[in-house]
Amino acid sequence: MTEPSLVARITDFANRADPYPLYAELRRTPVLHEEADAPYVISSYWDIESLLHDPRISSDAANLAAAGADELNQAENTGLPPSFIRLDPPEHDRLRRIANSAFGPPHEPRRIDDMRDELHRIVAELIDGLAGETEIDLVDQFAYPFPVTVICRLLGVPREDEPRFRSWVDPLVASLDPETRQGADPEFVRKAQEARTQLGMYLAGLVEERAKDPRDDMLSDLAAGKGPDGAMTMMEVLSTAVLLLIAGHETTVNLIANGMLTLLRHPEYLRRLREEPELAVNIVEELLRYEPPVQLVPQRTCITDIEVRGVTIPKGSRIWLMLAAGNRDPERFKDPDRFDPDRDDLQHLGFGSGIHSCFGAPMARLEAQIALAELARRLENPRLVADPPPYRPNAVLRGPRHLPLAIDGVVA
Amino acid sequence: MAADYVDWLRREGRIVIVGASLAGLRAAETLREEGFTGSLTLIGDEPYDPYDRPPLSKSVLLGKASPRHTELPRRRHLDAEWRLGVPAAGLDLTGKRVLLADGEEVEYDRLLIATGVRARPWPVAEEAELDGVFVLRTRDDAVALTERLRAGAKRVVVIGAGFAGSEVASACREMGMEVTVAERAGAPLVGALGGVVGAVAADLQLENGVDLRTHVTVTALEGDPMGRVRSVHLSDESVVEADVVVVSLGSLRNTEWLTGSGLGAGPRGIASDAGCRAFDFRGIVTDDVFVAGDVARSPHALFGYQFLSLEHWGNAVAQAETAAHNMICPASDRRPHMWMPAFWSSQFGVNIKSVGVPPMGDELMIIQGSTAERRFVGVYGYKGRIVAGVTFDNARWLEYCQRQIEQGAPFPVEYPTMDRRPEGRKAVPADFPDPALPTHGPTVTLSGYSPADRRLVFTPGHH
Repeated sequence: MTEPSLVARITDFANRADPYPLYAELRRTPVLHEEADAPYVISSYWDIESLLHDPRISSDAANLAAAGADELNQAENTGLPPSFIRLDPPEHDRLRRIANSAFGPPHEPRRIDDMRDELHRIVAELIDGLAGETEIDLVDQFAYPFPVTVICRLLGVPREDEPRFRSWVDPLVASLDPETRQGADPEFVRKAQEARTQLGMYLAGLVEERAKDPRDDMLSDLAAGKGPDGAMTMMEVLSTAVLLLIAGHETTVNLIANGMLTLLRHPEYLRRLREEPELAVNIVEELLRYEPPVQLVPQRTCITDIEVRGVTIPKGSRIWLMLAAGNRDPERFKDPDRFDPDRDDLQHLGFGSGIHSCFGAPMARLEAQIALAELARRLENPRLVADPPPYRPNAVLRGPRHLPLAIDGVVA
Repeated sequence: MAADYVDWLRREGRIVIVGASLAGLRAAETLREEGFTGSLTLIGDEPYDPYDRPPLSKSVLLGKASPRHTELPRRRHLDAEWRLGVPAAGLDLTGKRVLLADGEEVEYDRLLIATGVRARPWPVAEEAELDGVFVLRTRDDAVALTERLRAGAKRVVVIGAGFAGSEVASACREMGMEVTVAERAGAPLVGALGGVVGAVAADLQLENGVDLRTHVTVTALEGDPMGRVRSVHLSDESVVEADVVVVSLGSLRNTEWLTGSGLGAGPRGIASDAGCRAFDFRGIVTDDVFVAGDVARSPHALFGYQFLSLEHWGNAVAQAETAAHNMICPASDRRPHMWMPAFWSSQFGVNIKSVGVPPMGDELMIIQGSTAERRFVGVYGYKGRIVAGVTFDNARWLEYCQRQIEQGAPFPVEYPTMDRRPEGRKAVPADFPDPALPTHGPTVTLSGYSPADRRLVFTPGHH
């Protein structure tokens, strides 16, 4: 019996709870290519960072499809055009600029910061709801509902529709996982496509309403298209809305759950956070390095032969950028396996870098800072019930599926 | 012996920093961070705590920030003696003393010179003194100009279309004033980025309603009987009315106070080795005098060891840190100042960034985007390699350009890149003006002497 390949071990669920020893093994071959059809796996910080800024590396869904083995592209083959995350410039730039003008500076400079009070209110309500319980599931009762509520408010999606789109989002997110994609049967692909179509149709209804009767939300702004780049087409609006809806909460759930798990494993920081809530800024940055919600970027290909560390990656090859491995690269960080929010060099690839760097980073940061500071302050004597907790299957968007905690109560 | 001296210096030596702006402050902080416990004195000609300059030509003019509140954030407590509001007037290298304009003297064991540059004034003194004529370099300049613009200025003439002048023009247009820009060269920014990119900047100005006059010089500023500026006369014999004139003709290095000191200081700055140690006038490196920031001129390995003078914010910080480190460490631990030249500008809603030394390049390739859309990445080539990159609204690719420069990557760029247009498939002349012709001045000065200065005479020594 042969040893399974490293790529197979990355996607193997058995390694989900602690993939970091595997990443250390990966870094020993910074440009790993195990067999003919396998991706080129890049695992050291500087290489990843430099490829994220390399104009010869494409994110275009069409190039990826040509490189083969990209079931995700099939999942997106639903009549909706690719969202800007799967496009290259100049189309990427145009769509991202329009979306950004509805999201932040210079057109909406205060949209995120103005949500501060509302975020506090949502967090307070969710924690109030835990009163009287002695065992909670932090994921289902807090880490999931919080960002979902926020992205719904931001986009202008009625919160009460959440159960409906939940049933569409789940198969879509599952389709992002390389393992499930490789094992994808036609039925699975069909379901993911259908989910995307349904979600798109649902959002189309909302966008039409907003076009007639605009409110202060992103769907209204996208429908109006006020920026210097003009408006998106209806189909582009829908692709963008699907992207924002999914990316706007599937990652933050993990950031918050990974965060609480890490703090409970490092109780001195939980204690300090309770006393100095401003430490949340550093804690969240260090979490993005230490336990990033997006562990790898599997959707890149090169449009020409490129050389990385002396290895020539042929034109059209698939490339996986192992962000989480780069984040713990000892060539880049001192003592990389230590969780240390006090380090003076708080850098990471948690939000990627370059033109596709996380669009929602300001939102994600603020959500996680407020959530963790309030959880630290208000949960009485929180303890992990299971360590490690049960994980979600996804190797790309990695995080606990449940995070059962025992608590003595909730502080007012 | 030498190690003993360094130990003593770190513990109880006297370090004096002349120049209390960005480079001076960061050097002082680095000295303390690296364990210097001796006495530290900062001398500055302005009466203010160190403040940040980039906002002065952008957010301050637009009223988004107060010129009185751009103090630089402090990294740590300094425990220093501040001599503010008093310029240094001379240097006694042998006696190791800085002479101040008020007649006092400050002794040092090691000295850092970070006196920077000042705005080049309008050359005709009585015209420069007309009410309504401004330069923009200091906080006081910004206060005066901002107040005048707020007081209802209607017609502004900017002389010189370098980065500072273009930023002023942009801010004034945004505030609804009529703006005329007069530039000796064929386009804005040509000294720094060449004629091809300059043409894009010219379009940008014209489209934003600037009355751009190129290939002209200003022959006279005319005042009314009350001594207020009234109009500007141009070399094409046209006359432009103005109630505000902003003179933006580049900068002069603050080295006059070193005249006769024996240091290698002159109009092009103070030459130093790669470790920021100043040269004396014979080209011999000094042991106790260091330089950093805009006033410094040091060789750079990536650019043929040319002596570069860089008026860049990031350079001031990096060079100050290197100089401070080298001032208090043993010779074997010194490190070279190897900062990659980089600057940014914001004008007419466009973000312009550059790395490397564009004026060194003789050819240009647009490797992404297009100049017609004013969103592009361009690289400059010199002798078969990439020496600089520039982006208009495309800054996220700049890091790639920087890596290419660091690796000495070949030019022209043969491989495809995303978003490459037909115009980017060939190299074109970058079209820099003849360096012997003075323009508003690039932000990078190549080599130590001015090609326009033909007074240099070599006189062999006689014994």
